[in-house]
Amino acid sequence: MADITNSKPAAGGMDLNIGKILLEGRAFFALVAIIIVFSFMSPVYFSVNNFLIMSSHVAIFGLLAVGMLVVILNGGIDLSVGSTLGLSGVVAGFLMQGVELPSAGVILYPPVWAVVVLTILLGAFVGAINGVLIAFFRVPAFVATLGMLYVARGVALLMTNGLTYNNLGGVEALGNTGFDWLGFNRIAGVPIGVIVLALVALAVGLVLVRTAFGRWLYASGGNERAAELSGVPTRGVKISVYVLSGVCAAIAGLVLSSQLTSAGPTAGTTYELTAIAAVVIGGAALTGGRGNVRGTMLGAFVIGFLSDGLVIIGVSAYWQTVFTGAVIVLAVLLNSLQYGRAGR
Amino acid sequence: MTVQQNINPTLATKSEVVMSARHVAKHYGPIKALKGVNFDIHRGQVTTLFGENGAGKSTLMKILSGIIAPTSGEILLDGEPVHFHGANHALAHGVSIIHQELALAPNLNVRDNIFMGREIRTARGIDFAEEERVTRALMKELEEDLDPLTPVEELRLGQQQIVEIARALQAKSRILIMDEPTSALSASEVEVLFKVINDLTAKGVSIVYISHHLEEALEITDHAVVLRDGEMTAWAPRAEIDLEWIVRNMVGENFDLGSPPDSKMGNPALSIENLCVPDTSGHGLVVNHLNLSVRAGEVVCIYGLMGAGRTEMMECAAGRVAAQSGAIKLHGQDISHLSIAQRINAGLVLVPEDRQRDGLVQTMTVGQNLSLASIAAFTRGLFTSRKDERRVIDDSIREVTVKTDGGGAMIGSLSGGNQQKVVIGKMLATRPDVILLDEPSRGIDIGAKAEVFKLLAKTAETRGLAVVYSTSEVSECLSIAHRIIVMNRGRIAAEFDHTVTKEQIMAASGEAVHH
Repeated sequence: MADITNSKPAAGGMDLNIGKILLEGRAFFALVAIIIVFSFMSPVYFSVNNFLIMSSHVAIFGLLAVGMLVVILNGGIDLSVGSTLGLSGVVAGFLMQGVELPSAGVILYPPVWAVVVLTILLGAFVGAINGVLIAFFRVPAFVATLGMLYVARGVALLMTNGLTYNNLGGVEALGNTGFDWLGFNRIAGVPIGVIVLALVALAVGLVLVRTAFGRWLYASGGNERAAELSGVPTRGVKISVYVLSGVCAAIAGLVLSSQLTSAGPTAGTTYELTAIAAVVIGGAALTGGRGNVRGTMLGAFVIGFLSDGLVIIGVSAYWQTVFTGAVIVLAVLLNSLQYGRAGR
Repeated sequence: MTVQQNINPTLATKSEVVMSARHVAKHYGPIKALKGVNFDIHRGQVTTLFGENGAGKSTLMKILSGIIAPTSGEILLDGEPVHFHGANHALAHGVSIIHQELALAPNLNVRDNIFMGREIRTARGIDFAEEERVTRALMKELEEDLDPLTPVEELRLGQQQIVEIARALQAKSRILIMDEPTSALSASEVEVLFKVINDLTAKGVSIVYISHHLEEALEITDHAVVLRDGEMTAWAPRAEIDLEWIVRNMVGENFDLGSPPDSKMGNPALSIENLCVPDTSGHGLVVNHLNLSVRAGEVVCIYGLMGAGRTEMMECAAGRVAAQSGAIKLHGQDISHLSIAQRINAGLVLVPEDRQRDGLVQTMTVGQNLSLASIAAFTRGLFTSRKDERRVIDDSIREVTVKTDGGGAMIGSLSGGNQQKVVIGKMLATRPDVILLDEPSRGIDIGAKAEVFKLLAKTAETRGLAVVYSTSEVSECLSIAHRIIVMNRGRIAAEFDHTVTKEQIMAASGEAVHH
């Protein structure tokens, strides 16, 4: 029941089965191929330390991609996640600098946990605006979130006047240190960002496969009218997915600004496209209803390990762009092959 | 080259044969969709293909119109073998097909649709004036007063069909294949269509016709070809056949849609009082001060033509569309203000008319579709229980007898009849008190129809379920229903018990009896 992607019995012999396995596990095999190729080309690529560094890069895209997956499963799209990431970082930075209350004449320095909670609430709020626009006012998801892409980025630029909040370390005397913990610390050698990604991915995966909400999500993404007539609260589901995506973007924003110990208003520009690419490479259908967290994670790692690998072997950044684009198109090509066959 | 043999003498009538299929077979891997079919199309006559779903009608149509190539056998056009490379090639030979789902661009006007892909081009672009002149001439010929500049989306479905026919005529088609052309037409539009078909045949155009409406098809056809399981089981000219002959050859055995169940009638389960539902324009009413009461254990059939208000009444009762006024009561409690989900919990469910669009989630498996409406029944705390879901699914599969291997297959792999059973099973799994079914027999074959009706009758009898189903085929009224209600223009036109005759029902529905 867990695997929604495709489970038609194979009709042919051994050859067909191998083709089928390759097709369905394509993101996994692509990742293995990337690791093997780069390991041969560079001695530093295949080491635990390098994998951990690359993984902490992947964590940012991965968090965005998990949120994006949920939206795409619902048949929508969220173009605002990159801007929401940037805005979340800026708001976190703003809170870390202290909030001045002119009326009371005091400056409040919220502790780090409060900063984290407030930032996540902000992400949820941004997502809720998207969700309400799409579910109740029937604004196409593409347009609503495109608008939010501009608005959130604009607000981030306004708040900082285009500058960057540096020095998010906090001051011991004020009791707000520890913001860099998210980005720098490690538990058992694993960067916190990667652990956060793993926890979020596990939680969302569990929600998708084992809860009523998950089933509602797959159903309303596959056929909203049928889901509605079966008693699925389709509007509530729709709003929830954008809230979830906003929360994931806010968490990614926190991790990124913590990794950099600075929060710039332009952070995360075009990251929404990378997130969409990861979801698509992971085998999800942009039409909704098909896809899973495992695939999306693989997609995020394919993109991250590919681009970092190209950097390590010294390929020009321009070529990286070309490669990434080619991988995305190839992935969609294979998706249509898989789902085209399932349609018969 | 295939040797022609064993051609049935009845095929060789006096009229000229323009196209014929000889031993045409089509295999998809191990599946044999067609197993060697022979038949002729006569100039200026209507040939109707009868057959259940999956009998191979659509495959045969696609082969004749060049969309797919046969695995073996050949197509003869004017006695010469032809091999079509795609639909355009067939069109160039004068063979065109009108699909069930019309292939028009709704945003373009009538003229542009007729000339789509075949524009009259000059050095200075498209010759719109000439196109418009030809369009007007075609419309005159078809006796349909349509302005060539009207956008197609503003036309009624019947008029859109006329545009499709005009397009085929513009391409100088000699053979016109029509796949279920009347399935979405009102009775008056069907009459117009039949008149057009008669005009076309008088001009020497040959028609190949497919329909699930057997009675309707019999009115117009000159030859009948019956397919079953990819084989042609019978063929005969119109004069030699009747409805019973067709059904016998389609099904291969006697069929029975059942009789009213011997259920113990309880209190009124569903009461609809003075219900008014506005139409899409918002000016008129599609359901007009309608009153209906259904008792527990009772089976009620609602007969009416397209546009009689059956669908709107049911969708309003289920909470899909809002009522203008009136009350919907379940066991005496007004449920008009409840959401769809709340009404399902209260015990009122709807099986929608269009199962592809409103009934099934194509991206999910058979089991997930079956359990979709009763997720709460197998949710334990935060998480769903696989074991309990398994039980819900297994119970449903057993109850509605879906032919599937445990429910793990994708829903699209089932036949139409089994898909319909899944939609019904999904709603029955919520343990409802009232089930509304909008055209439950639409697009499923006669064997599956009988099974669906038997299932409903059994559930009404054993569970005390109140069943309301709508249909546009009279023969289906006289099956399991205790009571037959005829709707016409949003009102109840007549009410009968199950001893009524077909003629009485049709007269009450305002259906013009064709000739």
